[in-house]
Amino acid sequence: MRRIYMDHSATTCVDPSVLEKMLPFFSEKYGNPNSVHAWGREVRTAIDEARASVARLLNAEPREILFTGGGSEADNLAIKGVAESFSGKGRHVITSAIEHHAVLDTVKWLGKEGFDVTILPVDSEGRVRVEDFRAAIRPDTILATVMYANNEVGTVQPIRELGEICREKGILFHTDAVQAAGHLPLNVRDLPVDLMTMAAHKMYGPKGVGALYVRKGVRIAPLVHGGGQEFGLRSGTENTAGIVGFGAAAELAARRIANGEIDKERRLRDRLIDGVLSRIEDVLLTGHRTERLPFHASFCIRYIEGEAMLLRLDFAGIGASSGSACTSGSLEPSYVLLAMGLDHATAHGSLRLTLGKDTTEEDIDTILNTLPPIVENLRAMSPFKKNA
Amino acid sequence: MSMYNEKVIQAFMNPKNVGAMENPDGVGEVGNPRCGDVMRIYLRVRDDRIEDIRFETFGCAAAIATSSTATEMVKGKTIEEALKLTNREVAEALGGLPPEKIHCSLLAEEGIRAAIEDYRRRRQGLPPLPPRHDAVCHHDIPGMEEGHGE
Repeated sequence: MRRIYMDHSATTCVDPSVLEKMLPFFSEKYGNPNSVHAWGREVRTAIDEARASVARLLNAEPREILFTGGGSEADNLAIKGVAESFSGKGRHVITSAIEHHAVLDTVKWLGKEGFDVTILPVDSEGRVRVEDFRAAIRPDTILATVMYANNEVGTVQPIRELGEICREKGILFHTDAVQAAGHLPLNVRDLPVDLMTMAAHKMYGPKGVGALYVRKGVRIAPLVHGGGQEFGLRSGTENTAGIVGFGAAAELAARRIANGEIDKERRLRDRLIDGVLSRIEDVLLTGHRTERLPFHASFCIRYIEGEAMLLRLDFAGIGASSGSACTSGSLEPSYVLLAMGLDHATAHGSLRLTLGKDTTEEDIDTILNTLPPIVENLRAMSPFKKNA
Repeated sequence: MSMYNEKVIQAFMNPKNVGAMENPDGVGEVGNPRCGDVMRIYLRVRDDRIEDIRFETFGCAAAIATSSTATEMVKGKTIEEALKLTNREVAEALGGLPPEKIHCSLLAEEGIRAAIEDYRRRRQGLPPLPPRHDAVCHHDIPGMEEGHGE
């Protein structure tokens, strides 16, 4: 049985070409990049190259990229770093209800530290309304942070419009682009964004390394003090293998975007979405139909519960995910789905299938043949039925 | 996601006594769709003995596995015997459940009790027991030992 991994929003594999570039930095290239000698200099060169590669992915300058210990750390650094640095100017921060916890909980933490926080609602497709956003800005607003694309429902936010409002009002704009970076063309010279979060492991790089784009001239405070690495914003001896891996992953991603592989992925995604919607009754697509990540398909399958679906799929060799309470380990189903106005029972039936670079048309067809009988079987067990 | 043992997986993958029953003698429905599990139990009773039992469950793998196992455990038993079934016995029959899934076994125990209560009401000519969808989730009850799985 061919096993089909459809959880690339959770994480991706490290591409073999990326791993190959990383390996020497665990063994022979072990120097500390901060050392003056040859051992250190060769590693410093590799880090510089990786920084340039990540910068190219965004059309940023290398010194606008700083490496962190992952996406969550980059989010924390962006939000707390701006709050710390600009608290003299104002103490109001805006975000959205569907942010990743790394943003949402950080902003809520600021709320406990004496900042005012506005958490914007989203529409039924998971988009922040531009007018709500504009109306939320106050004279004391210093930062707005809205994710580029949502991990659970794939919806891409109107980042350009939101960023333009921030420019006009003179406030800083951060976007968590962990899901989007490496999968959508991003150009910070053309996009009104001041800070942007990325993570290597969502684009076929290693876990434990992220990056924050900080626009030239934007001064933020560090979270980690010490030796002054990463332009003084993230002290600590660099995760050299991880950073080199991120650089290689960024190059791979840039090639994939340039080669039109993203369009191929989008076509497969549409085949999956159309297939699920046509072969299973009482299913709704969650998130925006077109303004969504090219690799992302997500649904709510009525009358059944997500975890049961995931286990059945797992036994059929398909790895998926869900926002049901049973899978989140909490009492509530996904806060993202609830914020989009779905009722609890429907949200418990959520199913997310996220494609990867190695997903084939045959994989999609296998899923389309495997999922309907699983749904039918679980529905036969359910006390909830259509029109019941 | 919870880590299930082989017995739970087997019961989930091949559940017994699944589906609605025509003209049951008693029906019990417990749980709360908000929390993601609702269990409906149907009984056919002959000479004070559970001749047949069926379940319909909306819920996770543990909810389905405990529904199946609990119904198997009381099938053929007298009403009095069935009322003695405890959630602990259901969980033990499944070789144990993850702590955050213990409430599923409680749901099975309660579902069977509710169906028996409904059976008894019908025998007394009382109207059927309404579904208890507004019940608080077991995992919402403060002080429950099962923990919240967080």
